[in-house]
Amino acid sequence: MATEHSKSSARLMIAPAVFVLLVWMLVPLCMTLYFSFADYRPMRGTFDAWIGFGNYASFLTSSSFLSSVMVTLQMVAGILLITIGGGVALALLLDQPMFGQGIVRILVIAPFFVMPTVSALVWKNMFFNVDNGLFSYLWKFFGAQPYDFLSQSPLLSIVVIVAWQWLPFATLILLTAVQSLSSEQLEAAEMDGAPGYSRFWYIILPHLSRAITVVILIQTIFLLSIFAEIFVTTNGAFGTRTLTYLVYQRVLESQNIGLGSAGGIVAVILANVVAIFLMRIVGKNLDT
Amino acid sequence: MGRITLDKVQKKFGEVEVIPPLDLTIEDGEFVVFVGPSGCGKSTLLRLIAGLEDVSGGEIRIDGKPATDLPPAKRGLAMVFQSYALYPHMSVRKNIAFPMKMAGMDQAEQDRRIAKAAEALNLTDYLDRRPGQLSGGQRQRVAIGRAIVREPAAFLFDEPLSNLDAALRVGMRMEISELHSTLKTTMVYVTHDQVEAMTMADKIVVLRAGNIEQVGSPLELYKAPRNTFVAGFIGSPKMNLLTGAIADKHNATTIGIRPEHLDVVESGGTFTGRVGVAEHLGSDTFFHVHIPEMSEPMTVRAGGEVGLRHGDTIHLEPRAEHIHRFDAQGLRIA
Amino acid sequence: MARAISNRKKIMWTALSWGIGLLIFFPILWTFLTSFKSEATAISDPPVWFFFDWTTQNYSDVLERSNYPLALMNSIIIAVGSTLLGIIIAVPAAWAMAFVPGKKTKDVLLWMLSTKMLPAVGVLYPLVLIAKYFGVMDSRILLIVVLMLINLPIIVWMLYTYFREIPGEILEAARMDGAGLKNEIIYVLTPMAVPGIASTILLNIILAWNEAFWTIILTTVNAAPLTKFISSFSAPEGLFYAKLSAASIMAIAPILIMGWFSQKQLVRGLTFGAVK
Repeated sequence: MATEHSKSSARLMIAPAVFVLLVWMLVPLCMTLYFSFADYRPMRGTFDAWIGFGNYASFLTSSSFLSSVMVTLQMVAGILLITIGGGVALALLLDQPMFGQGIVRILVIAPFFVMPTVSALVWKNMFFNVDNGLFSYLWKFFGAQPYDFLSQSPLLSIVVIVAWQWLPFATLILLTAVQSLSSEQLEAAEMDGAPGYSRFWYIILPHLSRAITVVILIQTIFLLSIFAEIFVTTNGAFGTRTLTYLVYQRVLESQNIGLGSAGGIVAVILANVVAIFLMRIVGKNLDT
Repeated sequence: MGRITLDKVQKKFGEVEVIPPLDLTIEDGEFVVFVGPSGCGKSTLLRLIAGLEDVSGGEIRIDGKPATDLPPAKRGLAMVFQSYALYPHMSVRKNIAFPMKMAGMDQAEQDRRIAKAAEALNLTDYLDRRPGQLSGGQRQRVAIGRAIVREPAAFLFDEPLSNLDAALRVGMRMEISELHSTLKTTMVYVTHDQVEAMTMADKIVVLRAGNIEQVGSPLELYKAPRNTFVAGFIGSPKMNLLTGAIADKHNATTIGIRPEHLDVVESGGTFTGRVGVAEHLGSDTFFHVHIPEMSEPMTVRAGGEVGLRHGDTIHLEPRAEHIHRFDAQGLRIA
Repeated sequence: MARAISNRKKIMWTALSWGIGLLIFFPILWTFLTSFKSEATAISDPPVWFFFDWTTQNYSDVLERSNYPLALMNSIIIAVGSTLLGIIIAVPAAWAMAFVPGKKTKDVLLWMLSTKMLPAVGVLYPLVLIAKYFGVMDSRILLIVVLMLINLPIIVWMLYTYFREIPGEILEAARMDGAGLKNEIIYVLTPMAVPGIASTILLNIILAWNEAFWTIILTTVNAAPLTKFISSFSAPEGLFYAKLSAASIMAIAPILIMGWFSQKQLVRGLTFGAVK
């Protein structure tokens, strides 16, 4: 259907979207790049436009950089693990015949609508709080010592909060995929004598692989930039400082723009490494 | 009116030449069928005429006027698509009215034509329904209705019956033929089904790999196929194409004998073989006969009452005047 | 599944699903209940479930002590504004990519999606600087533009997948029927694309409503939406559970209700059109 006429008008229609995204990507990024080579601390009135790779050297060699990368990876991996594992289980469960399926689905997707600041605050105060949190009552009820989640296992606490928010998303996508699995395929496997777990392993799971890819891709995009949950709960303390948060602190809290910008560029490069990896997968899926 | 001329029309997708330069004239009022196996370029050729694809070279004239660079809407052609391509959000009435609305026709004229088309196509009771509420055959009729109200120079049909079940297909085939004899408008019809081509066409264009293999009336193609490809493609069941000693006897590389030109004889005969599958249709019986010296079974059409069964020995005699002869290039020897 | 399912099995699945569903929903339910308690009841030991003196005092306290209407207004304007702006830019682009695909279409699409992976911190300071330069810090227009930009790749992607489901033959039919590009879009494409566009709008309003990096950093008071409003409750003086709960419910209720009512479109939208 592609005639020359329609091709040129197509280009015209794509142009605005490409243009704004290009500006959005290039202008601030170039500025960040520029600052990353400068000693720029506005609070002290310091501005030295070129100090070479000094900022990069100090950012990359500081202990906080490596730990922030580790924290980021652990956090994303933990959340992906919980949401995908839980999502597959929930999707299979919700696919079973039951009464009030619609209502259960409403209950399960609800956390997706809760804004990150709210869920972080609610979990922090009403569940994790060592004095008045519900978990403390629960622990006491079973005769255990109340546990201070946010200072004892801060990373896990944040993983729980974020996983709770993203579980509905994973569940819904996987549920859609489960429902598209033809029952004839499963019945054929049953006729072939495959027991329940091998039906799951050899038929259901491969069928879900595309959906799982999509979940990993989309969640990773969002999870790499987790901010509010950390901001509200630990403020980056107790080993919960992700790369995003570290850069935020350097730029806005300590007002060391040069150092923070170098960190920002590092974050962009690392994100691109992840992006290239993920894009390969999506690119493949796009063909089908 | 609707005389369509293709002059050295060519189509390339990138480096791939799907249609090498090709000449074809479709006379006004003719029912022309493009037929060929899938991937032969017949749909592409139709879309070139429609203007949905740009030609890579050559010229298209409609009514003698150059149309090569005209957008589809300006060519005065109407098209019926394989998937019907009805607008799902519009009622049947609105679907049919759409081309007239686009042409800015006045409302009274629109209503008159819709009523006329709906009556001709048995759609009067369905005018206010949505396409989703109609059966396949009805949707097909809506698509045709949408095409005829425009009173186009020519109709283009892109495999319009392939989504219908067998019984409906026969019915629609006749309706389209009927329509052609009433409207007397040029129709260009694409199909992979040679039965449709034989039953409907004034002129058949057989295509293979973008090349025109033969152009002619159904009977011309049936009686005098220009090469082995056309010989094998036109006619059902297929013509038996034989090579080897038997062909040499007729001074040819290949000879072709249609199933109906083989007579079952009591004894002797040119061929003796064993009956394989026998398809009893009541009026006719088709025997697939395994002949020891031939690799492929031969198909024979016999009367409905011939009582041979699987495994029986059969003697066959071809009618000499109906033997087609082809040379080493597969071309017909006159 | 043309198989009779025994009622016992069905009841078992029902119980299990409801149990897990309620467990997942519990934090919201608990927040809702707490928002109607007095501050003392809210932290009583053991916790009180349903039987307490229900009060709406917390809601009136929150309304009195903070500027909830302004934050709500900001949230609505920013979420809806950025989504609509994004749609206006994305519809032509997605249309062109879906119906007139060229050799580079896939690359452009992937590139757009990759901008979504650009870490916000990479452009944090320049954006603050630019905003200050134009004097738009803490303004709605700034957030509308920024949130539009971060969600634009997703909007384009979703619309693209929806548009691709529209059969090309129908658009060709429209072209044969004499519709020019303008009429093709008005009469054929738009009506068929509306459900997909609606899903896209809904999902992006939710994403924009809940966005909590730029909204926290780029606003102070005037343009502060609910995300920022609620984060002020993490300060020590805000540590009253009942009031915190009331404020939380007020912040999430609009989007929660909207989400539930449009569940069907959302489920479709949530998969970003990537899974069928």
